[in-house]
Amino acid sequence: MTDLMTDLIKYTAADTATAIASGQVSAVEVAQAHLDRIDAVDTLVNAFLHVDTEGALATARSVDDRRARGEKLGPLAGVPLALKDVFTTKGVPTTCGSKILEGWIPPYDATLTSRLKDAGVVILGKTNMDEFAMGSSTENSAYGPTRNPWDLTRVPGGSGGGSAAALAAYQAPLAIGTDTGGSIRQPAALTGTVGVKPTYGSVSRYGLVAYSSSLDQGGPCARTVLDAALLHEAIAGHDPLDSTSIDAPVPAVVAAAKLRDVRGMRIGVVKEFAGEGYQAGVMQRFNESVELLRELGAEVVEVSCPSFTLALPAYYLIAPSEASSNLARFDAMRYGLRVGDDGLASSEQVAALTRGAGFGPEVKRRIILGTYALSSGYYDAYYGSAQKVRTLISRDFDAAFAGVDVLVSPTMPTTAFPIGERVDDPMAMYLADLCTIPSNLAGNAAMSLPCGLAPEDGLPVGLQIIAPAMADDRLYRVGGAVEAALDDKWGEPLRTIGAL
Amino acid sequence: MNYDDAMASYDPVMGLEVHVELGTRTKMFCGCSTTLGAEPNSQTCPTCLGLPGSLPVVNAIGVESAIKIGLALNCEIAQWCRFARKNYFYPDMPKNFQTSQYDEPIAFNGYLDVQLEDGEIFRVQIERAHMEEDTGKSSHIGGATGRIHGASHSLLDYNRAGIPLIEIVTKPIEGAGVRAPEVAKAYVAELRELIKALGVSEARMDKGQMRCDVNLSLRPHGREKFGTRSETKNVNSLRSVERAARFEIMRHATVLDDGGTIVQETRHFHEEDGSTTAGRIKDNAEDYRYFPEPDLVPIAPALAWVEELRAALPELPRLRRARLQGEWGLSDQDMQSVLNAGAVQPILETIAAGAPADQARKWWMGELARRANESGTDLSEQPITPGQVARVCALVAEGKLNDKLARQVIEGVLAGQGEPDEVVAARGLAVVSDDSALGAAVDQAIADNPAIADKIRDGKVAAVGALVGAVMKTTRGQADAARVKDLILQKLGAA
Repeated sequence: MTDLMTDLIKYTAADTATAIASGQVSAVEVAQAHLDRIDAVDTLVNAFLHVDTEGALATARSVDDRRARGEKLGPLAGVPLALKDVFTTKGVPTTCGSKILEGWIPPYDATLTSRLKDAGVVILGKTNMDEFAMGSSTENSAYGPTRNPWDLTRVPGGSGGGSAAALAAYQAPLAIGTDTGGSIRQPAALTGTVGVKPTYGSVSRYGLVAYSSSLDQGGPCARTVLDAALLHEAIAGHDPLDSTSIDAPVPAVVAAAKLRDVRGMRIGVVKEFAGEGYQAGVMQRFNESVELLRELGAEVVEVSCPSFTLALPAYYLIAPSEASSNLARFDAMRYGLRVGDDGLASSEQVAALTRGAGFGPEVKRRIILGTYALSSGYYDAYYGSAQKVRTLISRDFDAAFAGVDVLVSPTMPTTAFPIGERVDDPMAMYLADLCTIPSNLAGNAAMSLPCGLAPEDGLPVGLQIIAPAMADDRLYRVGGAVEAALDDKWGEPLRTIGAL
Repeated sequence: MNYDDAMASYDPVMGLEVHVELGTRTKMFCGCSTTLGAEPNSQTCPTCLGLPGSLPVVNAIGVESAIKIGLALNCEIAQWCRFARKNYFYPDMPKNFQTSQYDEPIAFNGYLDVQLEDGEIFRVQIERAHMEEDTGKSSHIGGATGRIHGASHSLLDYNRAGIPLIEIVTKPIEGAGVRAPEVAKAYVAELRELIKALGVSEARMDKGQMRCDVNLSLRPHGREKFGTRSETKNVNSLRSVERAARFEIMRHATVLDDGGTIVQETRHFHEEDGSTTAGRIKDNAEDYRYFPEPDLVPIAPALAWVEELRAALPELPRLRRARLQGEWGLSDQDMQSVLNAGAVQPILETIAAGAPADQARKWWMGELARRANESGTDLSEQPITPGQVARVCALVAEGKLNDKLARQVIEGVLAGQGEPDEVVAARGLAVVSDDSALGAAVDQAIADNPAIADKIRDGKVAAVGALVGAVMKTTRGQADAARVKDLILQKLGAA
């Protein structure tokens, strides 16, 4: 039995669902195996901020009951999932990794949460993250950093480090992240997992606690491309509660993930994502992947997107500007932390004291940055210019996609860095999102999947694939083919996670 | 400093900002009810409470209403516009930003012609009309004034948060001279009629459905440059608009004549004495950090839809008034009195409820206008409905009430004693025309006034009035006077 349970946590989501549907294993057994795994390793990893044992087992039981009644189960029924603590969950704490929301129990489910529940997905708990998704290492969580299961002295990336680490540590086969500047893809790269930022507007933001509204996008995280596709189809689709939600059919990503054929596809290598600051081993694995794609029958060309070099500064004006407004609501009046309410202090004083105590330094930094950028007299120079850069970046993408089906690049210039290394150097930290930010600014779709281990440190390297908006299926077609070919080449080492 | 002295030296320049709460069934960005008077915080949801993760969705009727208002104000309608966030901290603002519009209003560059008391038409230029959401309501408890200063704590009710508002802003109103306060009042009155005619809001100022800010500055005659303005906030009746403008003109003139400078500040208006007092200093440094609302997609009203709305606009109030004057057969002067009393709509609605035009006008312009005037309130804000007035008219027509009793019924309705029939029943106000009930009073009157009785017996029938009066007195006005007269004449053999 113990062996079976150990095996269970290594199942893919697709295999888990099949095993439950066929009665080989119950959803409760699957949930319990993962809860046990969390118990066993999460003191080391710190991927979870809240484990909802009761809720998870209740959902699992209801899946088992439905199966016993002969009901047809959905493709992910009974599969456990780790939910980034930035989506609201009715009756289950939601903190966004911040002290300011400590103790807040949302009275409503995010649309994404509802869809997961409707699909019979077993939500194990809420995962750790950089506070309000601001960060690239999960070190900005108010509840302590998450550790990378490949090397517990290193970061798992961020902001969705908890979700990525939970996958890598076999605490869950599926996870949900949000990607504002790379917060799904970059942790995926650093933990050897798959992460997808869908086209902006294809996964509802209703109930996603906003960091930067025009950039935030929820998306699937998994250990395989097919699992990511299954989750993608479960969460995507139009939502009338989100005005920016796209009212169009979701691309057939599951079918694309199964295709494993890139013959005839045109693939562009982004010239600007290389050179200084890129780790040699990262470039080596990336170049091997490009070669592999050529071998698989794709046509590879070099593409120049000159405006991409402006993406990082534009992002660090737009995202903080929107954040300064989005985070204004945390004022101690209605929910969350309240500091200094001695019966004499004014509401302004209580709000100021609460925000002072409740927000961490990175959140404060970005609120101040954004407040400044939106100020009268500076707006045009900062926010206005950044929006123009956004247009230029979209044009670069349009020009590139006129000639190629997808673009590829390393997901992150380096492998996972040691915890503490960049905390006092925001600029170095911000560079972790260099390759991922352009897709957020343009609103298109992008994926990171593992493409080997860097020779110098044995840590995972991520390959980024970028597709035009609403062509998310191309990510899965290319990703599925690369994954299959790399699995043949690398085999077990790519799935053997050293630290645990 | 009196008003004429002030006007001898200075020209007033005004800017009027009017907020109209739309009468949509649901809020601007969520599905919560907009019904007034509900249990505090009962009409709220994650969106209008600004809970983390919540998102707005635009109310299509709100947009349609805004376009209708824009069209009726002769504005251009934006082909493409966005909402913007106005960022400021206040506890009754759930998100600590107001979803509003900034440099891309839905309607802009219009005008409204208003008629002054002497019949002259004054054109007020409209800068813009834009959509936004209302805030929640703060109640400050424990202080003497109800203001936050001195309060021990505050209560917040978010039922109002998210109710759709249209803010209508005039361009600077110049050239009104001595009539500036009258223009201000006439503009707000006309705008209110327009809003009501469009059916987008009841525009009840007493209920806060329409709120006016009066911005005013003075400049010496002949100077082009505007003076520093004050912003008198929440002036919430027509009469107050006029008074506030007048007070500020005199206050500014006094300060300027003394060699002082006007501080750019908000002012509170006081209904009791028509004065204003200083609020907060408003230098231009106040920075709302507007930026386009990223949670909402731009609004691009289809041209065909806008034209459809334009074609369906109701008759403008000013033109309708001219038509009604003809229909009611009123002289210019009588019509003007009706207008000045704000009685057009009440009279119309009373007619619609079944009363004859002359009766409807009689009550609104007589008893009710007198009461409105006494209490310094607007006619339409009297706690009586046109339907109730029409019922009183019907009771008179049926002979169940006479004028005197009808006045008492109206008094009862105004005092909150219920519907006219309920007041009649509760106060026992029905006209007494029953002969047996009246007989004793008639006999008594004849017995008390033998000399008059003799005159009548002698054929001086005109003297009967004195005996009728005596009967009315003893029956406390409830007798049917015509029946009383008949009875007296019968008894005295003069019939």
